[in-house]
Amino acid sequence: MSLNRRAFLTRSVSGAAAAGATLGAQAEAATLARPDRAAPPDAVGILYDSTLCIGCKACVAACKAANGAPPVVPPTLTDWNSGIWDSAEDLDGRTLNVIKVYVNGTREVKDREIDGFAFVKRHCLHCIDPSCVSVCPVSAMLKDPVTGIVSYDQDACMGCRYCSYACPFGVPQFDLSVSYGRINKCEMCSHLQAKGEIPACCDVCPTGASLFGKLTDLQDEADARLEVSAGAAYAFPRGRLGDETRPKHTAAIASYQNKVYGKKDGGGTQLLYLSAVPFEKLGLPTLPQYSFAGMSEGIQHTIYKWFIAPIVLLGLLLALTYRSTRHHHGGPAQPSPHKS
Amino acid sequence: MQDTHHKPRPLGGRILTVPVVILTVLTLVAVYYVAVRFYLGIGAVTNVNPGYPWGIWVAFDVIVGPAIGCGGFAMALLTYVLNQGKYHPLMRPALLGGLFGYTLAGVAVLIDLGRYFNAVNLMVPWYLNTNSIMVETALCVMAYVAVLWIEFSPAVLERFRLHRVREFLERYMFVIIALGVLLPTMHQSALGTILAVNETKLSPLWWTQLLPLLFLISAIAMGYSIVAFEATLVSRGFRLKSEMHLLTSIARITFWLIAIFLVLRIGVIVLNGNFGLALEPTREALLFWVETILFAGALATLATDRLRRTERYIFLSACLLLLGGTFYRLDSYLLAYVGSPGWLYFPSVPELMVTIGLVAFHVLLFILFCKYLPVLSNPPREAAKARAP
Repeated sequence: MSLNRRAFLTRSVSGAAAAGATLGAQAEAATLARPDRAAPPDAVGILYDSTLCIGCKACVAACKAANGAPPVVPPTLTDWNSGIWDSAEDLDGRTLNVIKVYVNGTREVKDREIDGFAFVKRHCLHCIDPSCVSVCPVSAMLKDPVTGIVSYDQDACMGCRYCSYACPFGVPQFDLSVSYGRINKCEMCSHLQAKGEIPACCDVCPTGASLFGKLTDLQDEADARLEVSAGAAYAFPRGRLGDETRPKHTAAIASYQNKVYGKKDGGGTQLLYLSAVPFEKLGLPTLPQYSFAGMSEGIQHTIYKWFIAPIVLLGLLLALTYRSTRHHHGGPAQPSPHKS
Repeated sequence: MQDTHHKPRPLGGRILTVPVVILTVLTLVAVYYVAVRFYLGIGAVTNVNPGYPWGIWVAFDVIVGPAIGCGGFAMALLTYVLNQGKYHPLMRPALLGGLFGYTLAGVAVLIDLGRYFNAVNLMVPWYLNTNSIMVETALCVMAYVAVLWIEFSPAVLERFRLHRVREFLERYMFVIIALGVLLPTMHQSALGTILAVNETKLSPLWWTQLLPLLFLISAIAMGYSIVAFEATLVSRGFRLKSEMHLLTSIARITFWLIAIFLVLRIGVIVLNGNFGLALEPTREALLFWVETILFAGALATLATDRLRRTERYIFLSACLLLLGGTFYRLDSYLLAYVGSPGWLYFPSVPELMVTIGLVAFHVLLFILFCKYLPVLSNPPREAAKARAP
């Protein structure tokens, strides 16, 4: 499937025009799709480097502790796991962060696509122009104008789960296991950040695979790692980028895929990924360079621009229905329906 | 221009028939599982999971249901907007079908909403997100449910002889009727726009910027089909004279709607260079062809005037189109939706029983309303025969 927006849009436009669409505005939606939003200048983020991750899952445990989320045991593991060991296999209503593994063939070498394996950390990517914020009918998903953190308001949420349905990464998760659940997703430990701390996952990561920092700094750090040739020694920061109090983790630079995932993907995200195996192998979807929120809102706001179309249509309908009801009930209203 | 012999009147007759009992039992089974859902949560009853947050309660009850309930909308378009008064006899049963289709979709939404108390936030201005297509859908559907009840209310007022109220209402009914066309136009297209955000979670065989238009056209076609479907079943089931002459002229409109739908639907795929996807041995391609063949079948069975004058073909075409439109919605919302990797969804039995129960309740209410209220205006068959020259 080609994700070239311009070509696709032009074709759609001509298709619609040729069809003489009744919703002619439709055709213009393409050119009017609103531009993607930009990240706030002081946005924060996380850089996750898959090649540094050793799969210890300390971040998963720390995340559960920091967010008060109970352990999850999949039904297949209950015969030996009474719940003392959290073993969630994917994001769910009680798991905001999870480490998954890519395996291939003999699984001999870490960070190798063939006969190798690689870890990936999955949680909210805090999109710069998020679908969940765009689709939520009651503004329960909010993007912080300063930090760019995508947060959730359970007092607003009505539980329609459109956010889960529309998220290109499948992140927001409704807790289906209780009668009146709520959406749970990574909110980048904003409650810890308010106290001057950093997200729990980055705080406990022993290798610096999860690194917290200012988004622009993280982007520079990611680019810098891609510049270094594979095998060269590199001092990887731990915890927070720029925090000199923690010792750095010196290791060899892996042979990275030549791309920072999240820089442009889906309009950009505040969680950035580096990896040695292709990103789609890690379950990160191949996305266009624009945000889906812009696409969806573009179509909608074109049809309903200044509400002109519905008002004109209503006026027309009123004229026509007035005419036809006068026609049918022209004479004095019949007092009662007589039986035949 | 109403024929005085064609005044709608209650059918009367026994209430506790076999179908009524069966439908009541199915409804009660659903009530039980809905109670479990509210007590133990959505996860206890459905197979909805982290990879597939929307199951059949959304895809069928909320998306397909109102499309099947488009009879009132489609007939109002013809009777009042295009001023074709001859279709009046089909208006009330069509409205009644829509009334329950929409009202029960609203009930289904409340069952499926995880935090249903907060549904009131849709009425709270500072919570409303005007970028959300679901806002438009939800508000239009709610308003349309109210409109449908008002549109149908003359039947109730006639039954209880509240003629003063009825006269007052009929004076302003044109406003309600106009809204009864505007609101479904808005939200049936919006049900397509809801999917616009899913560019990578929906196969290009379904995802297009024309989704709103395709959903609107197919909903109107489904509206005419459900009218033909209901009219045939009602005339057979209640032994009444059929409304064949009216169904024939509607069939011509349905034919063109299906034709336009298919041209747009397939044209966009071809123009975008994605038709190759339909030729690959995938589940998506299979779903695409099942759906397309149903639509094409509905088109073919209405292709000539001779076919359109035959009750059997009109009924067959209506069934094919209702199935096709149902699949189009199920496919784009659920079956061709690409959930998170590693997850699968198939509805659980309790989940299915709730959906079946809602449909049963719909049919049950339809039957009871036809018996109690002046809905149908077909004369009984014997009487019709006696009057024939």
